[in-house]
Amino acid sequence: MSKTEAVRLAVRKTYKLYIGGAFPRSESGRSYAVTSSKGDFLANASKASRKDARDAVSAARKAFPGWSGATAYNRGQILYRIAEMLEGRRAQFVAELTEAGAKKAGDAVDAAVDRLVWYAGWSDKITSVAGAANPVAGPYFNISTPEPTGVVAVVAPADPLLGLVSVVAPVIVTGNTCVVVASERAPLPSITLAEVLATSDLPGGVVNVLTGSVKEIAPWLAAHMDVNAVDLTGVADDDLAVACEQAAAENLKRVLRPSAPDWSADPGLKRMTAFLETKTVWHPTGF
Amino acid sequence: MFEYAPAPESRDVVDIKPSYGLFIDGEFVDGAGTSFKTVNPATEEALAEVAAASQADVDRAVQAARKAFGAWSAMPGSERAKYLFRIARIIQERSRELAVLETLDNGKPIRESRDVDLPLVAAHFFYYAGWADKLGYAGYGPAPKPLGVAGQVIPWNFPLLMLAWKIAPALACGNTVVLKPAETTPLTALLFAEICRQADLPPGVVNIVTGAGETGAAVVNHPDVNKVAFTGSTEVGRLIARSVAGTGKKVTLELGGKAANVIFDDAAIDQAVEGIVDGIFFNQGHVCCAGSRLLVQESIAEELLESLKRRLSRLRLGDPLDKNTDIGAINSAEQLARVRELSDIGEAEGAERWSPACTLPERGFWFPPTVFTGVAQSHRIARDEVFGPVLAVLTFRTPAEAVEKANNTPYGLSAGVWTEKGSRILWMADRLRAGVVWANTFNKFDPASPFGGYKESGYGREGGRHGLEAYLDV
Repeated sequence: MSKTEAVRLAVRKTYKLYIGGAFPRSESGRSYAVTSSKGDFLANASKASRKDARDAVSAARKAFPGWSGATAYNRGQILYRIAEMLEGRRAQFVAELTEAGAKKAGDAVDAAVDRLVWYAGWSDKITSVAGAANPVAGPYFNISTPEPTGVVAVVAPADPLLGLVSVVAPVIVTGNTCVVVASERAPLPSITLAEVLATSDLPGGVVNVLTGSVKEIAPWLAAHMDVNAVDLTGVADDDLAVACEQAAAENLKRVLRPSAPDWSADPGLKRMTAFLETKTVWHPTGF
Repeated sequence: MFEYAPAPESRDVVDIKPSYGLFIDGEFVDGAGTSFKTVNPATEEALAEVAAASQADVDRAVQAARKAFGAWSAMPGSERAKYLFRIARIIQERSRELAVLETLDNGKPIRESRDVDLPLVAAHFFYYAGWADKLGYAGYGPAPKPLGVAGQVIPWNFPLLMLAWKIAPALACGNTVVLKPAETTPLTALLFAEICRQADLPPGVVNIVTGAGETGAAVVNHPDVNKVAFTGSTEVGRLIARSVAGTGKKVTLELGGKAANVIFDDAAIDQAVEGIVDGIFFNQGHVCCAGSRLLVQESIAEELLESLKRRLSRLRLGDPLDKNTDIGAINSAEQLARVRELSDIGEAEGAERWSPACTLPERGFWFPPTVFTGVAQSHRIARDEVFGPVLAVLTFRTPAEAVEKANNTPYGLSAGVWTEKGSRILWMADRLRAGVVWANTFNKFDPASPFGGYKESGYGREGGRHGLEAYLDV
């Protein structure tokens, strides 16, 4: 009998994309090596293709009627559930963020959970705050309510968890669905977050996560005719951002391009209202 | 049809000058571009010679607006408000003159310019005047700031009303403006410049530069403009969105539409017929939110179309200055050509064309009220914005089909729904992807009511508290 005990080899995770509630590999079969801040190999992430981006948009479009038609209370409950599931995986995220080079990874996870809770509470309040009863000069009932814009393409910022949560939560809490291009350098937490989303009763297709080259994927999404809005927060290259804005003009997408957001600051309403449409309904009064 | 004696409104009330300059820094000045004639579309008579602003003229206007911005934005809101109230009052005082001038330059019936355009113009200035000293309560933070110089380009269908929609909120929020009216309808904007002088509005706060597309492009692309507001076609809106990409200018676009007006089998037919007529024949159909696609529940289609045709046979088309006129002139030869072309395509694609017996005046630009039946969703008259008195009729069987067809368009500006069932109205209103939904009414406007589109009908809202956001740095 040998004296040496076999060291158990860890079972590594395959990081794939998240589209329509499933975790497919890139249809292109491509991947890219993700390294730690020190340059050590961490994993091979899927390198999404144009076809993956299009599949993600159609999944988001398919999910839109159900998600936008859900009650605000229901959407709030699901966002809160995401916060619960994220809290439960705190250790895993701390480890992943630390590997990606985060200094205070624990604080970042806590802040991400708190941000989800904050946005969860907005689901059934934003309409009261952003809507209006309008006193028109005539015998009419007139009311304005905010409604989700539709499918939003989001280029997530470099901050791999708090930044990601801070751009996704305000988009979906109001009933939009989205396709997110994760941080190119640190994409692994985004796929782990997708596992959180997949177990939070969030319907498949509401959030779709692509990893890969921002320069490659963002222009396709900005030009896609079934995308209603783009959030260019994570596009660092100015020329690329302008090219995306120009492409977005083709079907008059709503474009959000903030300057250097501070993820620890009070988010305000801007990220929600940027992807809301105001609908005004008139009806005569009388008997 | 009853015989009516002619009842023309006198045009003596308005004094049209032989030529007009640009309004820059409180003065009327010559333009460096090639001046052009503005024409009465009902008679093709030239009304006046109008200056065209060159790039250098636009630059001077923007500089004047920039110079005026400091004092105007620093002025207490309550004082800015008083200027706007003054302007509103002068518009009311001179409303007959403005209405007649609008009708002469645009071709719309005097009944509409007098009873719709002018009252709404004055109301808009009144409404936003009141906001000027209450911006901290509008929900955009305690002391929201203006953006700076607003470059505004407006269309020819509601010349003075679109000016009011642009200038009133911009000024109330503390911005200064350079506005370009449409090439074919510059006269009421130039009369408005005179009103600004009567109101002692500080020079440079409002600048009016007349001209064609090039002048508009110079306004939009001027590097010292902080805000671009445009109302017009989706085609031009796209160009503007592309040209301002990356500049950081705040943009609002109010573009085209192809609104569905949905009539259910339990609708009050007579009211619905009036609503259909208002929806598509108001202002000759030169309305971005016009109800140009009629969706009728199949079971009542025959009866409804019969009523509609009977009603259309009684519309009076002719002299826009006649107080009995329902349908005025098409605004320009160019627009008339487009309406004709799309109508011919409608016929060629297999839809059935109908117009009431209707004598068109010999001079001027005219098109009879026209209804197409047997229209398929793929037909261009069901997809393209005609911007004329042309109605495309489609049918549906179930509410779900009505929603599907109504939303089957890249536009999303407005929609109508007619039914006596309250829960169905709300169900439809929820599902129609449009910025304005008129239920059992159509084409109603109010300064307190936000207006603007989904999808390719543009972005941003005009009117109401929401309309302030377009002119604040928030």
